[in-house]
Amino acid sequence: MGKTLAEKILGDKSKTKVRAGDIVIAKVDLTFVQDTTGPLTIRQFKESGFQTPANPEKAIIFLDHAAPSPSQELSNDHLFLRRFAKESGCLFSEIGSGICHQLVAEAFASPGDIIIGSDSHTTTAGALGAFATGMGSSDVAIALALGKTWLRVPESIKVKLSGSLPKGVCAKDLIVYLIGKIGADGATYKALEFTGEAAAKLTMSQRLTITNMAVEAGAKVGLFPSDEITQSYLKAQGRGDKYKPLHPDADAKYENAISINLSQLEPMVSMPHAVDNAATVQGVKGTKVQQVFIGTCTNGRLEDLATAASILDGKKTHPDTRLIVAPASRQVLLAAIKANYIQSLIAAGAAIMPPGCAACLGLHQGVLGDGEVCLSTANRNFKGRMGNPEASIYLASPATAAATAVTGEITDPREAM
Amino acid sequence: MANRFLKGRAFKFGDNISTDLIIPGRFSHLRSNLPELAKHVLEDADPGFAAGVKRGDFIVAGRNFGLGSSREHAPLVIKMSGVSAVLTKSAARIFFRNAINQGLPVLICDTDKIDDGDELELDLTSGTITDLTSGVQLTSGKMPKVMLSILGEGGLIPYIKKYKDFRL
Ligand code: SF4
Repeated sequence: MGKTLAEKILGDKSKTKVRAGDIVIAKVDLTFVQDTTGPLTIRQFKESGFQTPANPEKAIIFLDHAAPSPSQELSNDHLFLRRFAKESGCLFSEIGSGICHQLVAEAFASPGDIIIGSDSHTTTAGALGAFATGMGSSDVAIALALGKTWLRVPESIKVKLSGSLPKGVCAKDLIVYLIGKIGADGATYKALEFTGEAAAKLTMSQRLTITNMAVEAGAKVGLFPSDEITQSYLKAQGRGDKYKPLHPDADAKYENAISINLSQLEPMVSMPHAVDNAATVQGVKGTKVQQVFIGTCTNGRLEDLATAASILDGKKTHPDTRLIVAPASRQVLLAAIKANYIQSLIAAGAAIMPPGCAACLGLHQGVLGDGEVCLSTANRNFKGRMGNPEASIYLASPATAAATAVTGEITDPREAM
Repeated sequence: MANRFLKGRAFKFGDNISTDLIIPGRFSHLRSNLPELAKHVLEDADPGFAAGVKRGDFIVAGRNFGLGSSREHAPLVIKMSGVSAVLTKSAARIFFRNAINQGLPVLICDTDKIDDGDELELDLTSGTITDLTSGVQLTSGKMPKVMLSILGEGGLIPYIKKYKDFRL
């Protein structure tokens, strides 16, 4: 009987023959924390009696959520994390470098790795064929201390992709469509494994958007096979030697299979206040929007900024609508400057934030006012997410976001291209 | 397990109570000040909760409790508020694991049968839930052995302090 991607990776790392449902103890290739969950993690690490991490060279401390810090308290948390990074020898990522998940994809994640992050969107690195999952502070503290963790081998749901995305339809529309179809707990405890001839053609940036949001269906991991696209991405990042091919077996056993024809998709939104509250842009077009936010670990990459810039170039944002753009990493920002995307966005009226989470989690750089509506390229629109429970958030693609910034109301990007 | 039998009152919540509702990102600056943070627990879902809940009470929720962020502060402040267990139809993966790691029991059961304000009694060893107000009895789903022993030690940190490693 063949194996799924999840079974292959966990079997390899735990050096046992595993099947979905088994509990394994596995070595961890990378452990990381960010600045809102890191302080508790480090306090628990210390409390459990460990002095040094098992593998400090495989542990990273990111300052990205409150970057730069908007308050005394968060500045003190940053101080605490900087000090720990120095004394422990862990790798450290200073404010302005970018969002943890983007930096993990750019510089650390490799096919077949096990990655544990104290952030739910750790699933992002599954785009590179890594078994990457989010955990809380205690689990990450112990992974840091022991260099290993326990995992239940998840059952896998096969998501078979065919066709190709029509113009104006993005990877974001695909994943919002899928979450709408299976629900916010449709894949709880499971692995979402993407396959099919259309999956093989998706760019790394598109794959990262999709695996990033796997957790919004409750999934433990979202996995793509490691193939030529993975190889050329790793090469471009100067990590070509990390490539290894990784595919599920043809006779692998899946719990369930879902087929999606990309050619039939259209621009989608998640309506307030749930990610699985999915609708077509056509269904909500005309809704007035006061803030548009383009960025985050879901859609803050170069391809996303290119899409936004191509729509906004030579245009102006609507007078009643403000536009905030936060590139996902320094590498993205530098490339976007070089390609003139940032110039186009600024000329159109965008406020550019430093690489980082920015307005995504509601603590700074774009907190909403009472009754305001935001259209965001992020991955979550829960009540209160952007700092105000009296505000509403629609999630959409960068194309829809850019088109909406111009008209001031939710707009189908196919009409703006 | 320190306390096999738990008794308290049910505080009912609906489906999909996210970690943003349990402990919103706008209070991120309080995450190193847990007593202050705990004052805001679930305030966007039920503004009266933090003031009304008493030591030993239960959160009784619908589907997918705790979806969203990996912030372990969520089960931590729930525990600090006095709640002794969460009863829910289903729980999001990270929240479930975090709660057990904090020594906060999460029992999966058919919570439709419990009304807000009901007096409940839980037997953690057998997983039986008795609604003393209505007389209804429920049984909760099983959890993996490793989680039971972590819960038995009062959480992951005490567990690791004791055993220095995972024991399957
Ligand atoms: S960009 Fe948003 S979703 Fe992504 S890591 Fe930052 S806060 Fe979390």
